[in-house]
Amino acid sequence: MKKPISKHEYQKLVEKKAPGSHVVRNLFAAFFTGGLICTVGQGIMMLVKSFGADKDTVAAVTSITMIFLGAFLTGINVYDEIGKFGGAGASVPITGFSNSIVSPAMEFKKEGYVMGVGAKMFLIAGPVLVYGIFASVVAGIVYFIWKQVM
Amino acid sequence: MAKRLGQQTIVLDKQPIVLAGAAIVGRKEGDGPLAKYFDEVVDDEYAGEKTFEAAESRLMRDAFIKALEKSGKAAKDINVILSGDLLNQCTAASYAFRDSDTPYLGLFGACSTMSESMLIGSILIDSGAADYVACAASSHFCSAERQFRFPLEYGSQRTPTAQWTVTGAGTVILGKDGQGPRITCVTPGKIIDEGIKDANNMGAAMSPAACDTIVQHLQDTGRSVDDYDLILTGDLGSFGSAMLRELTVRNHIDLKSKHNDCGMMIFDLARQGVDCGESGCGCSAAVFSAYILEQFRLGLLKRILFIATGALLSPTRTQQGETIPGIAHAVCVEA
Repeated sequence: MKKPISKHEYQKLVEKKAPGSHVVRNLFAAFFTGGLICTVGQGIMMLVKSFGADKDTVAAVTSITMIFLGAFLTGINVYDEIGKFGGAGASVPITGFSNSIVSPAMEFKKEGYVMGVGAKMFLIAGPVLVYGIFASVVAGIVYFIWKQVM
Repeated sequence: MAKRLGQQTIVLDKQPIVLAGAAIVGRKEGDGPLAKYFDEVVDDEYAGEKTFEAAESRLMRDAFIKALEKSGKAAKDINVILSGDLLNQCTAASYAFRDSDTPYLGLFGACSTMSESMLIGSILIDSGAADYVACAASSHFCSAERQFRFPLEYGSQRTPTAQWTVTGAGTVILGKDGQGPRITCVTPGKIIDEGIKDANNMGAAMSPAACDTIVQHLQDTGRSVDDYDLILTGDLGSFGSAMLRELTVRNHIDLKSKHNDCGMMIFDLARQGVDCGESGCGCSAAVFSAYILEQFRLGLLKRILFIATGALLSPTRTQQGETIPGIAHAVCVEA
C-alpha cells in the first residue's frame, strides 16, 4: 500500500492540530494558587514572630508548618485537586514538595514498608533532591573560590 | 475453514456467534451517557478488594461470570479464555482467571486487546479447535495511573491531549451455534509507528494504525464505508479521531458520519472533565459488550467494523527516547 503521508508530515500535522494548553487560564490559576499558599506562609510567619521568636525559629516553624499542611491536605485527598487547578503554583512551594513525597508513600504502602513506601517515597522528589543538592555543592565551591580570589 | 482474502483479511466460514456480553464499570463510567447499558456499576474503586490490581481482576472475573450467565453456558463449556489488560505481566487477567479451571491464553495488545481476543477466538471456533470461547479485557484508572503516571494523590495537571483510563471490564462469549450477531471476517493489523513520542497523546500514536487497518480491510474485502452502519474505533479519543479523519481522507476514504469512537462515547467529555476522551482496554471492551450488543439486539445495527486500537507504549522505552508504536485489529460483526 502506498503511504499518502510521510512520518515527518504526520508529526508536523499532529503538532499543528493538537489542542494547546489554556495558557492564560493556567497562568492565572498558578499565580493565584501559588500566591495564596505564600500568603498563608506569610501569615504563619507573622504569627510566630508576634510570639517573640527569633529569626531562625520563625523560618523553621514556618517551613515545618507548611510541610505539615501539604502532607495533611495530601492525606485527606485534597492536594491533588489543588494541583490540578493550580499547576506549578501548587507544586513549586514547599507544600508541593511535601505532596510529592507523601503521595507516593500513600500509594505504594500496599507493596510493603521497605520495597513500597521506602523505595518509592522519593519517586518524584528524588530528582529534585539530587540536583538541588548538586547545585548547592557547585554554588558552595564557586563561593569558596570567589572568597579566596577576592 | 477460514480463508485469507487479499493481504490481511480472513473470512470466517462458520461465522462464530457472539452469544452474550457483559460489562462492569466504575463510578465515573456509570455517570456517563452509556450508564444504563452496563450490567453493573461499582462505586467503590477497590471493588471490595485490598488493592487496585485486585479490584481490576475482580471486575474482570465478575464480567466473565455475568457474560456466562447471560449466554446460558457454564464455565466448563468454555474451551478457552482469551484475555488481557494493560498491567505488566497481564496481571489483572491472569489473577482474574486463576481459579477458573479453564484453559487460558493471556494476550497483550494494549487497548486493542478486545478485538484481538475476538479475532483469535473466532478463528479458533471457525477452525473447530473450540466450540465456545470467552474474550475479555479490562483496565482500571487507579492501577494504570500508578503504573504509567503518578501516584493518585500527586497534584499535577494533564495536558489537553491526555486521555482518561477507563475503569471497567467487558467479556463476550463466542460460540459455534446459538443466537446473536455473527463475526464474518477479521483483519489483524500491522504495527504502525509514525514517530509520536508524547505518552500524553496516545490518540495520535494510534490513529495511523487504525487508518492502516481500515484501508486494508476495505481494500481486501472490496467494500466501502457505505457497506457499514458503524465503523467503531476503540479509544482514539477526540483528537485521535480527528487525526484518523485527516489520514483516511488522504487515502481517499470518507468516513462520513459512520465513524464513532468508544473513547468518546463512554464519557460526556465536557461535563465529566475529560478533555480528549478516554482510553484503556476496558473502554472498547465495555462499550462493545454492553452498548453495541444491545444495539444489535434491538436491530439498530446490521453490520459494523469494530477496530480496537492500542498504543504499544512502554514507559521504559519512552524514557529512552523511543517513539510509540500503534496497532489496530478489525472485527466485522453482522446481524
